[in-house]
Amino acid sequence: MNTLDKSMALTGQPPKSLSLNQKLATVIGMVGLGILLLATFNVSFPNKTLWLVVSLGSISLGTLWFSWDAYSKKHPGIKNDGVWFKSMSSRGLWGWMAGLALTGFYIVLYFYPEYLGLVSGGENKGVIALFDPLSKLLSGNPASQWFVYGTLYTVAILIFGIKFLWKYRHNRYEKLRTFSVMFFQLAFAFIIPEMMARLNGHKILNGGSLPYYDLKSVWPLNYYNFESYRIKGFLSSGDIGFALLVFAILSIFVITPILTYRYGKRWYCSWVCGCGGLAETAGDAFRQLSDKSVSAWKIERWVVHSVVVFVTLMTTAVVYSYLGTDTSKYWLTKSTFLIGVAVLLTLVFGWAMIFKREQLQKDAQYGAIGYFVIIIALIGFHFFSGEGQVFLFKSETLRKSYSFLIGSIFSGVIGTGFYPIFGSRVWCRFGCPMAAMMGFQQRLFSRFRITTNGGQCISCGNCSTYCEMGIDVRAYAQKGENVVRASCVGCGICSAVCPRGVLKLENGPMEGRIDGNQVLLGNDVDLMTLVNKK
Amino acid sequence: MEHIVIIGNGIAGVTAARHIRKLSNKKITIISAESDYFFSRTALMYVYMGHMKFEHTQPYENWFWKKNNIDLINGFVTQVNTTEKEVILKHNGSISYDKLIIATGSKPNKFGWPGQDLEGVQGLYSKQDLELLEQNAPNNKVCKRAVIVGGGLIGIELAEMLRTRNIPVTFLVRESSFWNGVLPSGESQMINEHILEHHIDLRLGASLKEIVPDEKGKVKSVIVAETGEEITCTVVGLTAGVTPNIDFLKDSGIELGKGVKVNRFLETNIKDIYAIGDCAEQHEAIGNRRPVEAVWYTGRMMGETVAQTICGNRTEYKPGHWFNSAKFLDIEYQTYGWVFSERIKGEDEIHFHWRHPKEKLCITIAFDKGSKTFLGINTFGIRMRHEVFDRWLNDKKDIDFVMAHLADANFDPEFYRRHESEIVAKFNSDFGKNIVPKKKSLKRIFQTS
Repeated sequence: MNTLDKSMALTGQPPKSLSLNQKLATVIGMVGLGILLLATFNVSFPNKTLWLVVSLGSISLGTLWFSWDAYSKKHPGIKNDGVWFKSMSSRGLWGWMAGLALTGFYIVLYFYPEYLGLVSGGENKGVIALFDPLSKLLSGNPASQWFVYGTLYTVAILIFGIKFLWKYRHNRYEKLRTFSVMFFQLAFAFIIPEMMARLNGHKILNGGSLPYYDLKSVWPLNYYNFESYRIKGFLSSGDIGFALLVFAILSIFVITPILTYRYGKRWYCSWVCGCGGLAETAGDAFRQLSDKSVSAWKIERWVVHSVVVFVTLMTTAVVYSYLGTDTSKYWLTKSTFLIGVAVLLTLVFGWAMIFKREQLQKDAQYGAIGYFVIIIALIGFHFFSGEGQVFLFKSETLRKSYSFLIGSIFSGVIGTGFYPIFGSRVWCRFGCPMAAMMGFQQRLFSRFRITTNGGQCISCGNCSTYCEMGIDVRAYAQKGENVVRASCVGCGICSAVCPRGVLKLENGPMEGRIDGNQVLLGNDVDLMTLVNKK
Repeated sequence: MEHIVIIGNGIAGVTAARHIRKLSNKKITIISAESDYFFSRTALMYVYMGHMKFEHTQPYENWFWKKNNIDLINGFVTQVNTTEKEVILKHNGSISYDKLIIATGSKPNKFGWPGQDLEGVQGLYSKQDLELLEQNAPNNKVCKRAVIVGGGLIGIELAEMLRTRNIPVTFLVRESSFWNGVLPSGESQMINEHILEHHIDLRLGASLKEIVPDEKGKVKSVIVAETGEEITCTVVGLTAGVTPNIDFLKDSGIELGKGVKVNRFLETNIKDIYAIGDCAEQHEAIGNRRPVEAVWYTGRMMGETVAQTICGNRTEYKPGHWFNSAKFLDIEYQTYGWVFSERIKGEDEIHFHWRHPKEKLCITIAFDKGSKTFLGINTFGIRMRHEVFDRWLNDKKDIDFVMAHLADANFDPEFYRRHESEIVAKFNSDFGKNIVPKKKSLKRIFQTS
């Protein structure tokens, strides 16, 4: 009891203690994790199938029991009591420990898979061997570190998805969205690709082998999708392979733009995407940790758009490197490809500058101009550079650095490992090139907006606090201004936590969508005219 | 350069400062003894509940004030000297002004109950009240039971806060049903039920007689006036409304009533002194409004208005259609236009009431008996679109139109279950009508052609 401790005055002694059920549930979950850890240290389990089931089963049971105890006895409604008192969700000791553990896991996973038991060219050992039975059941092949990761990832989305469903059981938008990410993770990211692997060598594929393809993953998120070995895989696998390649291209240039126009980027980021799926389920407890400051916003725009430039250059370079030069062999040659990329970029850039100029903030314009010049210049350099080199670098170097810096370090180690420190959407906000590209469209050419309800905002700050993308939602709401932000993933939590019913995610006409005027209803109309006069 | 001094850094004072800055480069000073920076008072409850930290309640980052050249002074104004045009601070001297805006807000009502100043008795208004509550009721070991006196918006918020720490709460409400001086009976009844659902010991028709001290001068119990029952408790929350916080102006020569008396231009009887927000009292009430409006939104509007006047464009305070909102535990409440309780409504105000058979959802729509003009709506658990109701009130739409177009006004999140057909069916059967509800139209909502 520290009632006299003034330094604790605003945090006090809160509803943060665990109930007996929650403690037992935690122990059960830890037992499940413990089995995985023991397996990692090569404790051999005689019946792998049984122990894998026991392990994943107790992790799931523990999580579900914990959540059931936390939410089932309470009335449907917002369940944020004590969020900032709990060590885990407020960057306390437990938060830091969880962050370190996750980060460590990612480092081992990406860079030292042999510690997980990966043996190249031999029988798996350790925790990877524990997953062999499941992998063989699905694809017929022994497990890899990626299979272990994929399984744990899917289990996490499913069990924390159920937790989320209980937590937001009063909110049908949240429920449907969560069912959707759970489905896409389980079916598209996990089961279908594993099943597809069974077809490899089959006559239906003309004896070819398809690359591992998560169908919902779209370039530039799967930055590797157009690498030489994958294109060969697609093209060697008959009509199915060809159809998949066509689908991959259509998803970039047709499906994504249409859906983003109609619904905003949320159709992907909060309903389909696996990274988003994990952030919304397992990461939900950490959404409030995102940085809302204006300086964080500035950094975000520079970093994420740099990644877009990086991935565009890298992919262009990679595709360029395996294309031929002889038009008589194949219509797409090195130079036609480069010219095509340049034309496409010019068209998009030109359209934005001509039609959407006034909607672009000044620095976004500078950024766009700067980067545009760089891309054109690099393409120009090519014509003066020798064989084996693309632009200024070797394409392989570019690809490797992207894969290391962005694919591993950013999306994995920082993006997920640091959930308990920086919040759940660090990758989506600062790193994901797909999110950035859709964001660009969402800001300029989409029907989606978060409507602010007239003058009802009381500036309480729940919306901003619980925005995982670090958007200062309140800054818009208190001015009566709609929220139209490139980074908004449409999770809908700002609307859910608003105590006054001020925010609504909706699709409507583009006309008047971005209303910079301070139309605070309830005011005198003449006054508002004056206030809005510039 | 003209110096504008604003006493109080709440929503009214800060809005005034921001708008003066937008319109001019006058020197602006805001004085507050409550907090260094502006915060949202309505969000204090979420700090106690652990939804937010105190800094999250601050709508502007700390660099905002310097960047916009608004000086902040942490100080307590003890006196205003209107002849010398200066305000006297408790510790740090005095500050002279060219124009003065009084925006000092409210303080909790105390009606002279015996024991009202004992240790453990408190209101819930300021940041200091929150800090005090953290001391008085950090958990249910220190605070065995809290008694809340006064069934209004702050009372139910305080009850919700304490319940998040599993502190037993007894809620004394003088009226026969919660907030029924404002809410029609059906709504008030639904909230009664919801309060009980949350395991709050709701005592209707119960008022405070006295607060009994223990031997150390701390709260021991309260005695209920109607029954004489003694309820043992550790904390007493006084939430029987608020009153303007203007004691420091007593001998200033500024005309005071319940609040600082102002005309429609928010000017006091003394030149160059204005009052806005909770602490201002209109000489004559505007429309159906009260002379003192202790509401977030009106504070904001008065701030915008007075900024115009001070920057040379003398502007009358003319609020538009009434609106308000609140949240009762899990139930959101919004109101647009006027819906009066049975206790005060006139003969000509007819009510249509619908309540969901199972869930805690209901609406009440008021319309004029003769002209059938739509007067206002109260809505619980269903969000409504401010813009649409504002338009309908401007256009003086009749009740039949409103019922038919109700879907346009819905503001619930996407995929929520809609209730327009049940609502309209009930209306048709209550009033012998045959209205067919229209489908939601984006064209009508957004007024696009």
